[in-house]
Amino acid sequence: MIINHPILGPRDAQEFVYLGDAALINRPDGMTAGIEAFHDYLYVRDNPAGEHRELWYHEQGDRSWLVVTRNTVTHEIIKVELARDVAKAAGRTK
Amino acid sequence: MSQQNRMSGGQIDRSRTLRFTFDGVSYEGHPGDTLASALLANGVRLMGRSFKYHRPRGPLSAGSEEPNAIVELRTGARQEPNTRATVAELFDGLEAKSQNRWPSLAFDALAINDRLNSFFTAGFYYKTFMWPASFWEKVYEPIIRRAAGLGSLTRQEDPDSYDKGFLHCDLLVIGGGPAGLMAALAAGRAGARVILADEDFRFGGRLNAETLTVGGKPGADWAAGVVDELRSMPNVRLMIRTTIIGAFDHGIYGAVERVSDHLAVPAPGKPRQTLWRIYSRRALLAGGATERPIAFENNDRPGIMLAGALRAYANRFGVKVGERVAVFTNNEDGLRTARDLQARGVDVVAVVDARRDGALLPGIRHLKGAEIVDAGGRLGLRSITVRQANGQTETLDVTALGVSGGWNPNVNISSHRRSKPVWNETLQAFVPGEGGPAGLVAAGAAAGLMSTHGALVSGQKGALAALGELGLSGASDTIPEAEDAPVSITPKWYVHSGKGRAWIDPQNDVTVKDVKLAHQENFTSVEHLKRYTTLGMATDQGKTGNVLGLAVMAGLTGQTIPETGTTIYRPPYTPVALGTLAGRSRGKEFKPFRLTPSHKWAEEQGAVFVEVGMWLRTQWLPKPGETHWRQSVDREVLATRKSVGICDVTTLGKIDIQGTDAGAFLDKVYCNTFSTLAVGRCRYGLMLREDGMVFDDGTTARMDETEYVMTTTTANAVTVFRHLEYCRQVLWPEMDVQLISTTEAWAQFSVAGPNARRLLEKLVDQDISDAAFPYMAAGNITIGGLRARLFRISFSGELAYEIAVPTRYGDALLRRMLEAGREFDAIVYGTEALGVMRVEKGHVAGNELNGQSTALNMGLGKMVSRKKDSIGMVLSQREGMNDPEGYRLVGVKPVDKTATLTAGSHFLEIGAAPVIANDGGWLTSKVYSPHLGCEIALGYLKAGDRKIGQRMRAVNLLAKTETEVDIVSPHFFDPEGERLRG
Amino acid sequence: MAEPLHALTALGHAAPKTVTIGAVSIIERFDVALASLAIRKGREAEVRALAAKAGLPLPDPARFAAGPSFSAFWVAPDMWFVEADHSTHEDIAGALKPLFGDAASITEQTDAWVRFDLRAEDLQGLLERLSNVDFARAADGFASRTVIEHIGCYLIRHGAGSVTLYGPRSSAASLLHALEVTAHSIA
Repeated sequence: MIINHPILGPRDAQEFVYLGDAALINRPDGMTAGIEAFHDYLYVRDNPAGEHRELWYHEQGDRSWLVVTRNTVTHEIIKVELARDVAKAAGRTK
Repeated sequence: MSQQNRMSGGQIDRSRTLRFTFDGVSYEGHPGDTLASALLANGVRLMGRSFKYHRPRGPLSAGSEEPNAIVELRTGARQEPNTRATVAELFDGLEAKSQNRWPSLAFDALAINDRLNSFFTAGFYYKTFMWPASFWEKVYEPIIRRAAGLGSLTRQEDPDSYDKGFLHCDLLVIGGGPAGLMAALAAGRAGARVILADEDFRFGGRLNAETLTVGGKPGADWAAGVVDELRSMPNVRLMIRTTIIGAFDHGIYGAVERVSDHLAVPAPGKPRQTLWRIYSRRALLAGGATERPIAFENNDRPGIMLAGALRAYANRFGVKVGERVAVFTNNEDGLRTARDLQARGVDVVAVVDARRDGALLPGIRHLKGAEIVDAGGRLGLRSITVRQANGQTETLDVTALGVSGGWNPNVNISSHRRSKPVWNETLQAFVPGEGGPAGLVAAGAAAGLMSTHGALVSGQKGALAALGELGLSGASDTIPEAEDAPVSITPKWYVHSGKGRAWIDPQNDVTVKDVKLAHQENFTSVEHLKRYTTLGMATDQGKTGNVLGLAVMAGLTGQTIPETGTTIYRPPYTPVALGTLAGRSRGKEFKPFRLTPSHKWAEEQGAVFVEVGMWLRTQWLPKPGETHWRQSVDREVLATRKSVGICDVTTLGKIDIQGTDAGAFLDKVYCNTFSTLAVGRCRYGLMLREDGMVFDDGTTARMDETEYVMTTTTANAVTVFRHLEYCRQVLWPEMDVQLISTTEAWAQFSVAGPNARRLLEKLVDQDISDAAFPYMAAGNITIGGLRARLFRISFSGELAYEIAVPTRYGDALLRRMLEAGREFDAIVYGTEALGVMRVEKGHVAGNELNGQSTALNMGLGKMVSRKKDSIGMVLSQREGMNDPEGYRLVGVKPVDKTATLTAGSHFLEIGAAPVIANDGGWLTSKVYSPHLGCEIALGYLKAGDRKIGQRMRAVNLLAKTETEVDIVSPHFFDPEGERLRG
Repeated sequence: MAEPLHALTALGHAAPKTVTIGAVSIIERFDVALASLAIRKGREAEVRALAAKAGLPLPDPARFAAGPSFSAFWVAPDMWFVEADHSTHEDIAGALKPLFGDAASITEQTDAWVRFDLRAEDLQGLLERLSNVDFARAADGFASRTVIEHIGCYLIRHGAGSVTLYGPRSSAASLLHALEVTAHSIA
């Protein structure tokens, strides 16, 4: 597969490490959320046959974490964003 | 007589003669020959034996689709089984052997299978070798393995090397026939970056095998002219002997270039083959078409081949397969063979045409509505029996027969992404369907355009359309004049006749009868048909047989062919040697090595190395007279504990963490607190995963207000860095934190033992007395002015330091320390001694950090701070992970000090039966402690913290060991830690 | 004071090594100091101004640039590797830190890497067997991380026949071996 890196352009997926569902961005606050919330955050995932937002890490590249929107059936990649930008837009801070 | 079947003409170089042997007999051929064409030129039709019945076989084809002429090439370590004689390029000195026969090709003892064919029908193995089960491995499998199979392996190491590489192009053209050449020409002239790949050793495709003209010239000459023009273009890369083996995601194609297969031995340093990964923006499939046979009784006789192959041997190689030739066809293309051979003066005895209508060939006995019902000649075709339209049968003496059941477009690559080909009624064949690899279009015969004109037009059109999508424009140059004959075919799949066998898949010996049996037993879906009969599962992957088998099944079920199913293909297009896929990654070069700064010194000392990931670390350093590793390790441990020992710990991951939020960041990633750590101090840190399990551990030092240096375990250096980047970018993107690995930038040594300070004081420029540099101090120092780092940390439990210098000085530092340490009898210890000392101190390492253990399990539960949010803090509070009956780290000692312990043993109460219900946990790490004079171990024991002092058994049912043990504190040595603070 | 500690190259020798195979020269460099420079949060303008003053270029992503005092190539968002002459900048991090104060995070990288300079008329034939970088289409000054025989490296294109590779120091021997066998296969 080829991932169109937002900064570096098309790069071979071999250079990346796959993590999983980009919903991992929405980590609850450990000081306020309880075990239930963390359990759901960590274990309850969608497994769509179709578009899926995923975290990929450009380990053999610029070390950017990316959010890749990919069709899990066709492998078509619809969108690639810097995870940092997505996380900030989702309101994540320090 | 030499080359008695060689005729004039063809694309062979008669000025040079190549000598080769087949089954020990010497023959001659010429450059431009394949092994098959050269053997046929010498009158050799018999080249192999089939897989199951051991039937005598000759080539069916003149190309890579070949199922029959499968031979062993070369001898010695280069011997290669299962190669196709039809594509093996002849070279001087080639030694080839037939295979799957004993004692000889002409007399094969296992041909008895042929007589017993009524037993060996489809499903034979499934039905026969069922019972008793105890016979499967010991009796049935060895017999089957000996009887079946093709060539043999040398079991010697392959002396050749294989390269890998990466290519980029705008347009990849797959296949160098008329469509591919025209496409490459259009794209090349437009300035696009083009790769034109063809599996053959000559561009031109079918033009080399036909007498057709293109632009008024013989087709092969036109092709050569185009190749000359393409060769002059710097933007075009011509790749002959290169098979595109597969289409992968997003325009990536795999290609195997046979760099040296046509040479006896690769040139020095040159690879045998190169595996290319091609990144294409667009691709054009111009892979042509493959002819398919018509099944009739005994249609596998040597001398019976595809009609197109028969004329390829005549036109391209100047070879007549036999003196008296017949053709059996159901389509117009088959007639070309008769015409071409007749024009070359070969006696064309008859054309058996399954079609009833249409014009008759002049000057040839052209039998309309006729079919072949049998063929005779066990080791080579001698006769055919023809049933004419009026039902009369007649036997004709022929020594070669060309059969054409129509042509299948080579849709293979287009279906590698699971797109299904679609049925074309006019062609009676499948053509590429929708949903193929993005960016790939087909042209020419691969797209179902079977005329030369159609190929040229669609090649140019396909290329220009692809360029247009890329924003490049090319010219629609004039299409050279070429034939544009329509396809005329009447479906004819197999001949209904007597009780004999008619082959569909000759390599795997799948006959019409087998398909009928599959149908009878209700294996009617194509997937079942394939697996029940093994249709298409041979090395040729059913290139000639699959559609035929499908059509026979369709006839039996009364469904249409597309209703019956389609046949899709997976990579690779043709077989690929495992060596090619491995490339340079084999033997000692399987992976790169990482060498430590002390490697050179350790090698000089004769150190024993151990692979730790990619690192080579010193495991122990034998001294003269030491014959057992334990002697060396015990000595290293005792010398360290007695005075001072040095160990290279460079492999531990080091990560430089800077920024105004560095401390807050560490508080997030470690379960304990680092923001409060004073500058110039270090602390042991425990890193959890979000699920609460321990991820990694190590010591992290605060070098500055905004700079920390983290150490990780050797094994997790990469994953921890990845995790930190994840935390920094994904979870807390507003933190001011910068990360960089410095693992390799610093050579780092542990200096441990009561005399560690005295040794270092001789080297370090600063005061490192206990007062100035207490336990857990960290800081920048100098060694004779050279910048260095010192950490007062201990894994061994001794007074210990880790000292680091820029890596280039690591070797010198080690030698300097040993020199300075001579008065203290300083030694260097390896990873084994390191392991002994850490177990003696009860420190966890890889065996305990197994991904299933919590801080509580390790006896470190109190480290998890709940005053701050950190990864894993919340989920580590889950009930199950805080079970008071859960595993706890304990120490283990044998009751009998001379007894041995076995790592992996399970804890059982005295008298308890060794069953799962009584399992108390397991022994994780065991070592011999020279200090205690017995073996000791660490283990995870249920409620282990409350079982200290108890006696249990350590049982290992696999190793058949059982030892009575005392459960003790994991801190075997200096439990109060007085030594390390000394 | 005792003798200074002697230095060893990544290949374990006192002096760097040059290998010529066919048209390709592989030149180990032991005279370049290296440090990473990362912009701290919200300090970009400041860092760029200080860098300009110091004669230190901060090139765009995937680019290398040479400046009057330092050269640099981009490695990650807001992070560069800075090169200088080792004879004058043996402690390159120590030299850079005062220039940037607390606006940038600077870390010594000199000995984390082995540097090989590759020279030939055209390096395309060599590099296409080593790296997936589209070398022919890359402009001079292109800089990228890439994998060579399982080894993560930085590749800088100075010209069609001039490339700098930085590979992990501990794998120097394995990397050189990969370069050598590939050079032989095209020789």
